[in-house]
Amino acid sequence: MSVTEMFSHIQGFLSADQDIREDIRKVVQMLEQTAREILTVLQSVHQPSGFKEIPSKCARARELFCTVRTTIADLKTKFPMEQYYRFHEHWRFVLQRLVFLATFVVYLETEALVIREEVAKILGIEVVREKGFHLDVEDYLAGVLIMASELSRLAVNSVTSGDYTRPLRISNFINELDSGFRLLNLKNDPLRKRYDGLKYDVKKIEEVVYDLSIRGLTKEAETTGGDK
Amino acid sequence: MNRREGEGGSRRNADAAQDREASAQSSSPVIAAFKVFQQELDTKHDKHERLVKISRDVTIESKRTIFLLHRVTSVPNAEDILNEAELKLDAVRQKIGQIAEELRGEDIFQFHRAFTGGIQEYVEAASFLHYIRHRSLISLEEINARLVFMKSEKEDSEGLSGGLSGGLGGLSGGQVLTFQVSVGNGDIDTPFQLSQFLRQIHDGFSYIGNTGPYEVSKKLHVLRQSLGKVEDACYALRVRGSEIPKHMLADVFSSRTTHMEPEEGVV
Repeated sequence: MSVTEMFSHIQGFLSADQDIREDIRKVVQMLEQTAREILTVLQSVHQPSGFKEIPSKCARARELFCTVRTTIADLKTKFPMEQYYRFHEHWRFVLQRLVFLATFVVYLETEALVIREEVAKILGIEVVREKGFHLDVEDYLAGVLIMASELSRLAVNSVTSGDYTRPLRISNFINELDSGFRLLNLKNDPLRKRYDGLKYDVKKIEEVVYDLSIRGLTKEAETTGGDK
Repeated sequence: MNRREGEGGSRRNADAAQDREASAQSSSPVIAAFKVFQQELDTKHDKHERLVKISRDVTIESKRTIFLLHRVTSVPNAEDILNEAELKLDAVRQKIGQIAEELRGEDIFQFHRAFTGGIQEYVEAASFLHYIRHRSLISLEEINARLVFMKSEKEDSEGLSGGLSGGLGGLSGGQVLTFQVSVGNGDIDTPFQLSQFLRQIHDGFSYIGNTGPYEVSKKLHVLRQSLGKVEDACYALRVRGSEIPKHMLADVFSSRTTHMEPEEGVV
């Protein structure tokens, strides 16, 4: 094979590769759009009015996740499944956001941490690589950390909205999350950097709890049986 | 938040912290889940590290082979050197076999960054040896043929293509060095042959342009510069080759070019 022939061959391959990536990009854009819609729905829980409507917001978000499942099903068809990591960078960002959104919805519904398998089900994907388009553990953890930031914001806004008990529950939740993360041996990678931000979330929530407790506001909420 | 000093206070705090820790660790599903994550991540990182170590060995041995091959023109018995180089590359291929073993059943792209540098260096060495023997460019098929391990081929040609382009970029850097060495030895014919070969590779890369991976675009830029220098030197030889005594030819060349190091493998 001459040099020209070889480069011709390589060019053909690169061209095909680019076509696949173009297809993937289009689908990812749709995913990003839906993710933004879900975020808009959920953002409203930070406002006093949105607070009462948490259940309906979650229901609405769950409806939108249907669309996500359909779009991801489409994404799966754009490339051979054994090459998941070859194209992974294209959807890594939006996938992490979707994990965050799913995790946030489940927290609002149950005040518990959703497990990876449950998130995968919400998104319509696998957990194990061999089975197909899967949720990588690092993407799941990144999404969880994004949610932690959202919770520190929610703690602050809960107080503003008059709910003095939620911050304490958020505090317990975040502290447990932190304990969990401390079990991991993280390398110096993007996940590690994101985890480094968790301590600021922990601190912010601790300060909210502190502000409430020294003013006796948490006790006040208990005696009135406040449950908002 | 102020902590109360004094034994009672600090003991209470320590107990509280321990209790929290203990209860968190014993009963929580969250903690249990994270223990699983810890194992998964550790396994992945360990594999990555093993691949990096092997890849580093591959890089070192490949580079040594390249330096060895550069001595071909300055030594009477080229065949000895070529055989020695072949032996070294066999050892390198063994190492690459270990990489293949580590990657068995995995998605190779998940660990691509760990081993791509080594593979590129190997490709550079193998293609350099091939060129010296056959005066032609080694093909992807030929490279893959030497890298089939057991029954499963480690990398399909697509994975290797990126490595090949990277390695070829490195190869051309090595070619320029050979070019200089051969001119320095007063060998007038080889430079023109070499420039022809370089031009082919350069034209091939130009055809690909920047549709390839980023590293390839970088190497193309360097290649373009090298080719320019080589063409200038050929011109100088043609115009003044007959007039200048051989020992001064090398000076003409070096006044027009800077010394090119073989390209480092790009991580």
